[in-house]
Amino acid sequence: MNKASAIRPESRLRLFSFAAPSRFYALTGWLVPLCWVVFVGFAGVGLYMGFFVAPTDATQGEVYRIIFIHVPAAWMSMLLYLVMAFWAGIGWAFNARMASVLARAIAPTGAMFAFLALWTGAFWGKPTWGTYWVWDARLTTTLILLFLYLGYIALVNAIDDQRRADQAGALLAIVGSVNVPIIYFSVKWWNTLHQGATISVTAAPKMADTMLTAMLLMTVACWAYAFAVVFMRARAMALERDAHAGWVAALARGRITG
Amino acid sequence: MNSDPESEPGSMTAVFACVLARDLKLASRRRIDALLPLAFFIVAISLFPLGVGPEPGMLRDMAPGVVWVCALLASMLSVGSLFAGDHADGSLEQMLLAPTSAIAVALAKCAAHWMVTGLPLIVATPLVGLLFGMSGPALATLVASLALGTPILSLLGGLGAALTLGLRSSGMLLILIVLPLAIPALIFGAGAVGTVEAGMSPQGHFSLLGALLIATAIGAPLATAAALRISTE
Repeated sequence: MNKASAIRPESRLRLFSFAAPSRFYALTGWLVPLCWVVFVGFAGVGLYMGFFVAPTDATQGEVYRIIFIHVPAAWMSMLLYLVMAFWAGIGWAFNARMASVLARAIAPTGAMFAFLALWTGAFWGKPTWGTYWVWDARLTTTLILLFLYLGYIALVNAIDDQRRADQAGALLAIVGSVNVPIIYFSVKWWNTLHQGATISVTAAPKMADTMLTAMLLMTVACWAYAFAVVFMRARAMALERDAHAGWVAALARGRITG
Repeated sequence: MNSDPESEPGSMTAVFACVLARDLKLASRRRIDALLPLAFFIVAISLFPLGVGPEPGMLRDMAPGVVWVCALLASMLSVGSLFAGDHADGSLEQMLLAPTSAIAVALAKCAAHWMVTGLPLIVATPLVGLLFGMSGPALATLVASLALGTPILSLLGGLGAALTLGLRSSGMLLILIVLPLAIPALIFGAGAVGTVEAGMSPQGHFSLLGALLIATAIGAPLATAAALRISTE
């Protein structure tokens, strides 16, 4: 099999096609700019709607508008942890290096979203609750989520042997993913200062339509941002890991695009 | 020929008993080292009144939390050496190579750690409670919560020790990894004493703590065995 057919994207796709670093690199070569465009578009419209079009809240006034960053960031931090644990688990189960690379690439972005959720929540809490921080169930469990991200990053970076690092990180990520449902349901299980669920799959949302639309647009924007940044990081890691490989050398010589 | 399958050499209970007895014997030969976590516990607890002032009401309020945090730290600092000694001289790999269950080895090590570190902490807690001026019921609740909680800490610490086996900065890394997992036990353990001091029943907190113990006792040895295999490959 010659080198060209191994990296030509129009050859038949299989489930593990993009487990090959070279194919992953080629795919993300055009996916990343697309994600950035989607991010800019949706974030622009979402932020405009959230800050200028959506009506003033009956009880909270203008300060509620931080919801358009706070809620998507909180959702992203929880979902990205589960996605990270999933890919790390795939990498461990199938010995697929790119899956573990993807998990490692997700971790810093997930940690950033968790921190952003806590930070924006603090700025929202000061005018509405009277305090920047309170040790209620949801804030505490989100803080634990941030620590879990940091622990994962610390562990995989502390182990020199890549394979052992990937597997140990997978185990830690899977064990820590028990925390995510606890965060999500913490508001229902404990009497807590944090407000309950406003949006549910089964009931009509309890917020104005424009607010909901803006929040969903911002959620899509956050997903696009996450994809873009995670893929960029994963590309860099793939190049590092495969520095000795032929496709990287061909890339450096300009023989193939990516 | 012994027909009882549980007493055959190589069965899970036999491996558990053997490794437990070995670790306890090793600890008994280095009694000073084994009691270091207890000394740390008492010294660290004594730092708090020195730091925040001796006002009795405040000390009584913060006593459960302080005792729990110091128990947590004492456990985490001592659990790093759980597998290190065996790993250094190669006996850990022999234990894993043998056709015996790594889960039994992990469970036995955690049990030995609890008996050497956790039990002395539980016994020393009434003395510490006196230092902080805790009332009788609160003190009894604190001892009970530690009795339920310190096994959780030993089990989670075993997982952390297996993951960070042989690494450079394994002490700090272990604490960073295990503390988020141990926070629920800390919250419910210290919270149980809080509810008793407020005059309510600690039953809810103890139920949750017991559930945590059961879940950890089932899950942690499995994860620790997997981590041991990852770390020694």
